[in-house]
Amino acid sequence: MSQLLLDVNGLTMQFGGLVAVNKVNLTVKNRQIVSVIGPNGAGKTTVFNCLSGFYIPTAGSVMFKGKEIAGMKDFQISRQGLVRTFQHVRLFSNMTVIENMLVAQHRHLNTGLLAGLFKTPSYRRLEQEAMDRAIFWLKEVDLLDSANRESGNLSYGQQRRLEIARCMVTQPELLMLDEPAAGLNPNETKELDELIIKLRDEHEISILLIEHDMGLVMGISDHIYVIAQGTPLADGNADDIKNNPDVIKAYLGES
Amino acid sequence: MGKLYNAIFSAGVAFVLACLMIGVKLNTDGTTLQVTGASTEQWAWIIGGIALVFFSQIFADQIDTAFGKIPKPTVSHFLPEGDKMAQLKPWLMAGVFVCMVIWPFMVSRGSVDLATLALIYIMLGLGLNIVVGLAGLLDLGYVAFYAVGAYTYALLSQYFDMSFWICLPISAGMAALFGFILGFPVLRLRGDYLAIVTLGFGEIIRILLNNWTAVTGGPNGISGIDKPALFGLEFTRRSKDGATLFHEYFGIDYSSSYKVIFLYLIAVVLVAFVIFVINRLMRMPIGRAWEALREDEIACRSLGLNRTAIKLSAFTIGASTAGFAGSFFAARQGFISPESFTFIESAIILAIVVLGGMGSQIGVILAAIIMTILPELAREFSEYRMLLFGLTMVLMMRWRPQGLVPMKRPVLELK
Repeated sequence: MSQLLLDVNGLTMQFGGLVAVNKVNLTVKNRQIVSVIGPNGAGKTTVFNCLSGFYIPTAGSVMFKGKEIAGMKDFQISRQGLVRTFQHVRLFSNMTVIENMLVAQHRHLNTGLLAGLFKTPSYRRLEQEAMDRAIFWLKEVDLLDSANRESGNLSYGQQRRLEIARCMVTQPELLMLDEPAAGLNPNETKELDELIIKLRDEHEISILLIEHDMGLVMGISDHIYVIAQGTPLADGNADDIKNNPDVIKAYLGES
Repeated sequence: MGKLYNAIFSAGVAFVLACLMIGVKLNTDGTTLQVTGASTEQWAWIIGGIALVFFSQIFADQIDTAFGKIPKPTVSHFLPEGDKMAQLKPWLMAGVFVCMVIWPFMVSRGSVDLATLALIYIMLGLGLNIVVGLAGLLDLGYVAFYAVGAYTYALLSQYFDMSFWICLPISAGMAALFGFILGFPVLRLRGDYLAIVTLGFGEIIRILLNNWTAVTGGPNGISGIDKPALFGLEFTRRSKDGATLFHEYFGIDYSSSYKVIFLYLIAVVLVAFVIFVINRLMRMPIGRAWEALREDEIACRSLGLNRTAIKLSAFTIGASTAGFAGSFFAARQGFISPESFTFIESAIILAIVVLGGMGSQIGVILAAIIMTILPELAREFSEYRMLLFGLTMVLMMRWRPQGLVPMKRPVLELK
């Protein structure tokens, strides 16, 4: 069991009388790309919000690295090494690209007031390390040339890449991407595809993905979960899902 | 058609306001009030004004395009390029500092006094700039922290006879504590709601000071607050309790302007200190976090930033700067009362921040100087001071909404 990075059991989220997520089970192993798919409004993003601490789930357990994280505060969860992106890009758009990258590393820095005021050696060292990491990840997503531009002025595809780089610089073990390909052109989607695989193979992290682009999902996922109306419908590898009659019915409607 | 309606409506509003404010006058005649109408000449002015409003509404578009043709001022043309600027900067700063120190010995006492006031507003502006400009938390009750700082020094000096230099950090600490206390209930509020709560807080402090007569002296305020001393040397003409006096120690004649210049020099040092600290803070992780919080709170949370700590630190550090300014203000005036800490003060400080450019230190400093010196220059029209103030604001927002010197993003060196 030790290789399970994320183990979700019976996750349920109720808003008043509405059950948005109903007993969802989900596991992610080390160095795995796992996708969650489902029709619009199925509750995929709600699952993400529960996992990342934006909502506190009504019931169920969320074990991350063998530790219960359901009920923890959002910032505490991300400090455990589980970070997410958003369906709509959320950058600090009036700040420069490199500043975005440095803010993300806040907890790795020496935030003591006096240390910063006097620029102690440890403060300088940590600041330099953060800068190096930021530069490394900007290179990875090919944004180094734009480092001192305001992030709000980047193109949409660049903003998406910056958001992923900003997550990676926090040194996560599980990266949760909420529809990363939404609004990208086919070329950019292909690059994203390569980036995600690279993250798994070279940087040895796991990725949990919500996506509507079936080409992307089927191509890269090690495991796929299907959710419809908040309830788990099926899970398996790409071929299982493609041929599952329930899934086809949920997506295309009953014939 | 819509334009005509607009114009008639605006003219109507102008008419009503003008009639109420200028057209009718109340005169006291013994015990009775008499209503007198305006003179013909005044009526002519009123009608002229209404006509102006009417036509400016009708020709709004044409006026807009005419305004658009006026070139916008850009400072960047006059300044040297980035690299040279970085080399010149320390020299420039040193030069400014030296000028600031030499200057008071060459000008009149009144100017030095005014400059001291401007320096107090610079401190206040810089402090509020953290809360409003960087962290994006609209605080309309900032004057409360100013009052806390002033009263902390005044009370400690009166009851415990403590010196200015000891009270200065204590005042800043007290104001910081109040900032911290206010920070807690408003953590979840943003924008308008936050503005209302902080507005209320400012009033609570003022009313408390006004009514807690036993301690604060109520509306009578506290008078006879000790002036700061230079290493124990006092600046008064005669010694109260046998302390050494400045002019005796140096064997020079007594002059009251020594005190004024000394106060000014303290203010210069305090402002330099505040600028240095805030400048460092802005480039520290905490400063970046403040700005990130202003930009997107949800993204901050998802990246492991504790928004509670960040907001509280912005409130606390902003408030402590006001406390700093407050205790110096009390020392300079020698007398404080709740009158000095009304809402209009908060509004002026906020205007300084907005006028200067949110988040921009140079801008705030410039705006603080303008806002204190302009009313003094316009002393002859003191009746119309608020009118001029309003006009400046309107023109400023129309012409340059981003402020005098908008904040520039720091360019970071990539190896």
